[in-house]
Amino acid sequence: MLKKKALLIDLTLCVGCNSCQIACKEANKLPAEEEKVLSPTAYTALQEYDGVYVRRMCQHCDDPTCVSVCPVGAFTKTQEGPVVYDADKCIGCRYCIQACPFQVPRYEWSSTYPRIRKCVFCHDRLKQGLPTACSEACPTGATKFGDRDDLLKEALERIAAEPGKYIPKVYGQKEVGGTSILYVSSVPFENLGFQTKLQTTPLPALTWNALSKIPGVVSVGGVLLFGIYWITNRRQEVREYEAKLRETKTSSNGHSSTLGQ
Amino acid sequence: MKKFLSTFGFWKIVAVVFITAGMYSAYVRFAYGLGASTHLSDQFPWGIWIGFDILCGVGLAAGGFTVAAIVHIFNLKRFEPIIRPTILTAFLGYILVIVGLMFDLGRPLQVWHAIIMWNPRSVMFEVAWCVMLYTTVLALEFSPVVLEKFKMTKTIKVLKRISIPLIITGVLLSTLHQSSLGSMYLIVPEKLYPLWYSAYLPIFFYVSAIAAGCAMVIFESFLSSRAFNRGIEMHLLNEIARVCVVMLAVYAMMKFVDLKDRDALSLLFVPRFETYMYWLEIIVGVIIPLVLLSQEKIRQNPNGLFINAVLVVLGFIINRMNITITGLEAWAGTSYFPSLIEFSITMAIITVGFIAFYYIAKFFPVFTFEEHHESKVPAHAGVVWQQDIEKVSKVIV
Repeated sequence: MLKKKALLIDLTLCVGCNSCQIACKEANKLPAEEEKVLSPTAYTALQEYDGVYVRRMCQHCDDPTCVSVCPVGAFTKTQEGPVVYDADKCIGCRYCIQACPFQVPRYEWSSTYPRIRKCVFCHDRLKQGLPTACSEACPTGATKFGDRDDLLKEALERIAAEPGKYIPKVYGQKEVGGTSILYVSSVPFENLGFQTKLQTTPLPALTWNALSKIPGVVSVGGVLLFGIYWITNRRQEVREYEAKLRETKTSSNGHSSTLGQ
Repeated sequence: MKKFLSTFGFWKIVAVVFITAGMYSAYVRFAYGLGASTHLSDQFPWGIWIGFDILCGVGLAAGGFTVAAIVHIFNLKRFEPIIRPTILTAFLGYILVIVGLMFDLGRPLQVWHAIIMWNPRSVMFEVAWCVMLYTTVLALEFSPVVLEKFKMTKTIKVLKRISIPLIITGVLLSTLHQSSLGSMYLIVPEKLYPLWYSAYLPIFFYVSAIAAGCAMVIFESFLSSRAFNRGIEMHLLNEIARVCVVMLAVYAMMKFVDLKDRDALSLLFVPRFETYMYWLEIIVGVIIPLVLLSQEKIRQNPNGLFINAVLVVLGFIINRMNITITGLEAWAGTSYFPSLIEFSITMAIITVGFIAFYYIAKFFPVFTFEEHHESKVPAHAGVVWQQDIEKVSKVIV
């Protein structure tokens, strides 16, 4: 069993040099110009909040919402952790954009044959045993690559070692059931544009709650409808039979002229 | 000017304008992509094509399964005069939903992927299958009308033998489909404003669709009576309006209990844009028609019936637009208003729907029960409308 990989991003160490974006763009063969927000050509971007730099990127959830909502299964959560996307399957419904709790997927709106674009955690590099391009390029160690279990332990240790410096929270430990990107910070996450009110259980459970009722609705509903038809149809038959009976009775009594019309 | 309009035909001008604009917009949409033609963005990926064309299109087609169940499952045969136009409305509704979807999908030519690339965890996957299967069922349910025209009695006999399982399948598929459109929004608990987000969204969508479907039956009967200069089945529509009242009452009660259970009643009085829009949908689409339609006097009055049906439909549309647009704007941090191109494609699709209904009803035995003794709309209204449509068709063809 492969160990799940992760990135630990320590916001206190980031100096905003943008090396991660440069390396990312190079690794993914994207146009080199600097971008401040996520876009179809920027899978990661640095945003500044009063001197604190925050790296935005796909969080690679353990139970990803995008994987669950895609009608054609264009997204896959790989064993090593990356959430990857297959544009050949995509029909362009954009439910992933609508559903992603981190607002990550970007769409090629200007294209007539658009794809979803987002960080894929350097999936190809991971398969060769290499770390992600961004973590390799980071000069300060703000982005660290490793096994998720180890990195989570390290994050908690860093917080425990310097409780005055860090706020006591690892973002990504529990959010929507846990993600592969973990953040530690000295500033509360809600001040840094993070979604801090996310539930701690995976979102796909919410829709599965409804979807799992389909077999029940179909089977019970089918039987109920057949049952109602069976009763009402019998009633109709009885009514018709009685009407017929009355008719023959009356006609034999010679009163057809009064009732038959 | 007034004379010019009445002779040249107001509706003809409207139809020509909408269809011409729609064709130009379709060109822009497919030649330059969604970015150039719509106001959609990564912050707001779904607009009126999803909110109106699809969510409202499917919901307003709910009359189809409701009336089919009334006539064939509950065996209330007296409703037979309205079943054919209702099935036709639903069938055209679904066809137009598919047309709308083709505009909205980024890669419309790959839509068939849903048939072979399965993801049963996705609500959208359920929606896709419901659209495919129920459109097929509606085509089969409507096919006797076409076969009758060509006197293919043998095929009709075969269809009659499977009619009950077919109608039950249709009711089940509709139940799944109507509710699944609500389930789609279960995945956005943080994004959708809490007045609308509820674990019961699928049930709200289902119940409100039945109410709106009933209202559409009334709406469509009224318009056809004008277009074809025929009587209205007032006694049947009166009863359909009763069903509508019951569904609205159930809906209102469920909404109230849900808000109470979620401790969200106080949100009804927060001075925010969402609150106003919520009240608008509830007052227009639920409270007013509920109060008025529960009175026999209003149900017996053709105008009263028609106006209230329009209110229910309007309220329903506002509800769906609120859930797809209003309720998501605050989270997205951006507002959305459809571009002229999005709007004109939607209008063109609706126009095509009206014209298609008119021609199918004209050339096929859709209205088979004539009731001339019922109250009639002024004859000239229908004649003018008919002439207009004929003129429009000559221009288009």
